[in-house]
Amino acid sequence: MASVLRFRKMCYIEPTLRNYLYSETPKDEKQSLDAQKGDKKQEKSHTIEDKNKKQRRSRRWRCVDSCCWFIGCMCTTWWLLLFLYHCLPSNLAGLKGPEPPGVKLKNEGLTPLHPVVLVPGIVTGGLELWEGKPCSDGLFRKRLWGGSFTEIFKRPLCWMEHLSLDSETGLDPPGIRVRPVPGLVAADYFAPGYFVWAVLIENLAKIGYEGKNMYMAAYDWRLSFQNTEVRDQALSRLKINIELMYITNGNKKVVVVPHSMGVIYFLHFLKWVEAPPPMGGGGGPGWCAKHIKAIMNIGPAFLGVPKTVSGLLSAECKDVAFIRAMAPGLLDSELWGLQTMEHMMRVSRTWDSLISLLPKGGDAIWGDLDSSPEDEHECDLGYPQTNSRENGSTNKDTTRPQIQMKQQTNFGRMIAFGKAASEQHSSKIPIISPKEFVHNSSVECGEVWTEYGKISRKSIQGVADNKAYTARNLMDLLRFVAPKTMKRAEAHFSHGIAEDLDDPKYAHYKYWSNPLETKLPNAPDMEIYCLYGVGIPTERSYVYKLSPSDKCNTIPFRIDTSADGNGNKRCLKGGVTFVDGDETVPVLSAGFMCAKGWRGKTRFNPSGSRTYMREYRHKPPASLLEGRGSESGAHVDIMGNVALIEDVLRVAAGASAAEIGGERIYSDILKMSERVNIKL
Amino acid sequence: MATIARRRKQPEAELQLDPKLDESEDEDDKNKKAAKNSSANNNKYKNKNKSKNYSCIDNCCWFIGCVCSVWWFLLFLYNAMPASFPQFVTEAISGPLPDPPGVKCLKQGLKVNHPVVFVPGIVTGGLELWEGHQCMDGLFRKRLWGGTFGEVYKRPSCWVQHMSLDNKTGMDPPGIRVRPVSGLVAADYFAPGYFVWAVLIANLARVGYEEKNMYMAAYDWRLAFQNTEVRDQTLSRIKSNIELMVATNGGKKAVIIPHSMGVIYFLHFMKWVEAPAPMGGGGGSDWCAKHIKAVMNIGGPFLGVPKAVAGLFSAEAKDIASARALAPGVLDSDLFQIQTLQHLMRMSRTWDSTMSMIPKGGDTIWGGFDWSPEEGYSPSKRKQEKNDTQQESKGEVCESTQAHYGRLVSFGRDVAEAPSSEIERIEFRGAVKGNNVANNTCRDVWTEYHDMGFGGIKAVAEYKVYTAGEIVDLLEFVAPKMMERGSAHFSFGIADNLDDPKYSHYKYWSNPLETKLPDAPDMEIYTMYGVGIPTERAYIYKLTPAAECYIPFRIDTSAKDKNEDGCLKDGVYTVDGDETVPALSAGFMCAKGWRGKTRFNPSGIKTYVREYDHNPPANFLEGRGTQSGAHVDIMGNFQLIEDVIRVAAGATGEELGGDQVYTGIFEWAKKINLKL
Repeated sequence: MASVLRFRKMCYIEPTLRNYLYSETPKDEKQSLDAQKGDKKQEKSHTIEDKNKKQRRSRRWRCVDSCCWFIGCMCTTWWLLLFLYHCLPSNLAGLKGPEPPGVKLKNEGLTPLHPVVLVPGIVTGGLELWEGKPCSDGLFRKRLWGGSFTEIFKRPLCWMEHLSLDSETGLDPPGIRVRPVPGLVAADYFAPGYFVWAVLIENLAKIGYEGKNMYMAAYDWRLSFQNTEVRDQALSRLKINIELMYITNGNKKVVVVPHSMGVIYFLHFLKWVEAPPPMGGGGGPGWCAKHIKAIMNIGPAFLGVPKTVSGLLSAECKDVAFIRAMAPGLLDSELWGLQTMEHMMRVSRTWDSLISLLPKGGDAIWGDLDSSPEDEHECDLGYPQTNSRENGSTNKDTTRPQIQMKQQTNFGRMIAFGKAASEQHSSKIPIISPKEFVHNSSVECGEVWTEYGKISRKSIQGVADNKAYTARNLMDLLRFVAPKTMKRAEAHFSHGIAEDLDDPKYAHYKYWSNPLETKLPNAPDMEIYCLYGVGIPTERSYVYKLSPSDKCNTIPFRIDTSADGNGNKRCLKGGVTFVDGDETVPVLSAGFMCAKGWRGKTRFNPSGSRTYMREYRHKPPASLLEGRGSESGAHVDIMGNVALIEDVLRVAAGASAAEIGGERIYSDILKMSERVNIKL
Repeated sequence: MATIARRRKQPEAELQLDPKLDESEDEDDKNKKAAKNSSANNNKYKNKNKSKNYSCIDNCCWFIGCVCSVWWFLLFLYNAMPASFPQFVTEAISGPLPDPPGVKCLKQGLKVNHPVVFVPGIVTGGLELWEGHQCMDGLFRKRLWGGTFGEVYKRPSCWVQHMSLDNKTGMDPPGIRVRPVSGLVAADYFAPGYFVWAVLIANLARVGYEEKNMYMAAYDWRLAFQNTEVRDQTLSRIKSNIELMVATNGGKKAVIIPHSMGVIYFLHFMKWVEAPAPMGGGGGSDWCAKHIKAVMNIGGPFLGVPKAVAGLFSAEAKDIASARALAPGVLDSDLFQIQTLQHLMRMSRTWDSTMSMIPKGGDTIWGGFDWSPEEGYSPSKRKQEKNDTQQESKGEVCESTQAHYGRLVSFGRDVAEAPSSEIERIEFRGAVKGNNVANNTCRDVWTEYHDMGFGGIKAVAEYKVYTAGEIVDLLEFVAPKMMERGSAHFSFGIADNLDDPKYSHYKYWSNPLETKLPDAPDMEIYTMYGVGIPTERAYIYKLTPAAECYIPFRIDTSAKDKNEDGCLKDGVYTVDGDETVPALSAGFMCAKGWRGKTRFNPSGIKTYVREYDHNPPANFLEGRGTQSGAHVDIMGNFQLIEDVIRVAAGATGEELGGDQVYTGIFEWAKKINLKL
């Protein structure tokens, strides 16, 4: 402190003194000059010289001074504002906003009845470090994932090393233990201020829920589902906690609220808990019927998410492709040796859980070269905000009949190489089975392991020559470009449709998370809800091209951002074809099981558990003050949707589906499901 | 932004203006025209005025800016600093540090074996808000207790209101739900940087422990033990989590590590879990034998803590008493209507759990009018033995041998020292309390003293001396409502016949002198506590001069021994212990009460006494020390952590080295005449 004061004196007070003198002297001089003109010319010249010297010095200080002054000003203002902000009564902002659903329902007399289990999805759960390499010193029990993510910037390589899993086993690499954060804090906020479950939790608390009847089933979302049990006993933990809450809350069944990937994780749990040990939890066949009242799936990714395909193939999605189009070269530059995309791809390819999100059901669900369930989908969604930009040149075509449109958007071609291939008639597309491609490990590119280094340019060309891939041979493509990843992960997940569900092979856990290869448990009173947002364009299929450079380590495929549909083909934008959905999960994937696959007594739902669809139409926040909006339908933001929260609260408080209004459908999901032709 | 920039420009502009004016004056001053001159002068004066007005603010801004920039720069450096830097500096100054016990054990090949359960004590667990009144808006799921305690300063009365429990029921007041934080975060750090369990957790993690085999049994430490089950089902939760961990870790039994009040909480749990269903957990009579390998009690107040008496009686402890001695009047001032202590007392008297720590066992354990177990024992003896190595620890524990520790509370120093025959006591029980002294002005602070009246206060003071057995009566007299609540949940006596069916009631479960240990012959019980720190044992009280809205009794801080090493300091007699729990309370059960097959320990569970001698941290860099024996700081004691890790990795008490004793606990225990 003392030294700071001295420093200040040195560099500030002296200059001011000088300034003071400086501004004083002229007056003195003037007076003196007035009195005794020219008497002291020598002295004067001396003072001037002196002055000039001082002036020069003070000039030098000036810049630093004004910087300091400016910073000081900013700081003081900031503190003042902060102080005022803290002094404000905290309910001031709340006065404007509408009553939260929790308060409203409390006034209606709702009280907690059924315990609630929250199952977070992929990415949203926090991960913390328990053991690491020396580079991660001091981060013990600090969040590596979730929270402020500061470590990415501080030590990016170290961070990536710790978040990767072992590429052989899909479990911890030696010497590294990264574990999920337990408790409600695991996924209430993803980053500071970015809520995931927090709003729902708060509203549940308003009607009386608390730690003893609310449980967050946090798990390590990077692992394959069965591995969460093998490594962390996460499924056993979930089972015990549901049983505990069931008993301590007066034998009230639980309401489970899974979100996103949590939906299929919980599907896996339903099978696991009733399966006999050692593979299962040994709860016996009546476990689900006894303990679960309802499963309220939010934004369910039952049949997979097309986004995953592009993620696995080229580590990009709509947003990344868009950035690349805006600033070409930025992401791919070898400058500073960044290789961001390659690193991202390497890390994410070690995460088995991603594979669980690949489209399931093959062509039967997702459509083949020429047709798909969404064919009649109008790309101008009837909702606001969707048709943001269009090519004005061929606008006259918009008046064409709808059938024409249908022929030209082939959603079934999940990956097409070149815009032409996405539009041509199927007869013109050459089909080569990806199995014919050969691995040519001619070039070894060290360091960044993306498996692309082992594939020769020729076979990559071969892949591109195939032109169009549907959901089924997409799997072959992935097996070709990422053989190790797929081999590891396909031991844990399956993506087909079962011919005969009684086949004993379906007792294996790899089928448990696929709704098309498992039966629901025998629980006729259990209710299954599909709650999801609609009205946002959602990625459905992609137009790809080969990357220009042939250098080692670069990802050879890339979304062709120049491929824009024009006129009536407005579904295609920046190389991505969009359908209706919640920005991540297309309506078909989220709604099909509830709309058709499990409706009534089907072979997938032998006990006839009832299913209900609740769609929430997306409405963007009206003003900045609303934050992420209370009527949003976006994949994560829907967790703050007032209508959805109200539904969850009512069911938790004991309401049946009929009491919350039964079905509510805005999209064409029923028509789409009709077009899907599978044996039920 | 724009306004700031404009505002900033002004001082600069004038500075640039000045030299020009100067020069022009210097050169053409003689033939300067009056008009021009005057206008320039005017301009200049205006500017000068301005610059004077601003210079002070500018100064301040400049200074703040400077400090901020330096601060940011340092912060940047700090953040850019490699994480091992502090350790490097420490090593450079004080020589190479010993390996943390976790690393040491890992090198010896110890690995995860038994799952570990932590049971935190009173005060150290975090509490968070789930539902509150208007004044607590925006604090949903924020910590009210633990963490930064920011809210205490921002809205103190609101905070007190929310931390208090209901006077009648000892449960939530209507409209308020404050719940314990769950998970390891509940008590790893009490406040930022002030570790409780964090060091132990970090060291266990080194040998491979993680969330799946470590469990923090967080509970609401304000409630009576049975009420934690009634309200939050905490005991059920602990039971099913222990079962889960034992099942998922291949049938390995759990090692339980309770600390402070957690020790008696877990004692309660062990009885609860085996008791039949409505009152207990229905685990069956072999639950403990099946699920628990060892209970490693850290700083356990088995037989209570004398501090609790002072806390309940006058809301003060040694620290508060000495603060009062240093700055009389600050704490008691009615200025600003603070009444800090009264508020504290009102709040803490609603917490049933504080009553669990009232000294148990009465005169038999704590000593009577004329004797006490610790009397006549000179702690200096052992200090001399160790003098060669630890000079500084000499004289820390007082050397006086004449203190009457048995007189837990005495009014006046003369009374405390006089032989028993000279003391005249007037029975206070049944004394007429008289009318309410307090007028309505101090009504908002509810401490029950207002209901006592002058008569009652006088009667209390005239009884002169209270021993452990009489303390309970005293508290019942001064705080009848609180004790009524408390005595429904806790009992402080010694059982004559443990088979009496009345002892199956839960109120006896947390008193080791009124319960049998479970039937688990393979289980081990450790008591691990620090010694070598003077610990409160008995108090000298006086009446507060003005008795109106105040707490009428107060520790007489003027009572001091002339001798520096005396046991009496600021009105408090101290003995050997860990600063909070006297060694007698922490050690007696394991040294004698449960040693071998006794009526309190029918299955002959093995017990071990492990004492850790206090060594204050050598320098500032060590923080709270790695050899501390203080009640909470002992959680960072390397030796203790090593013992815990060894047991968790599978060692038995014999392999640790059996008993490790520095005090005269065995001699003291011999003096206690208890049927075993």
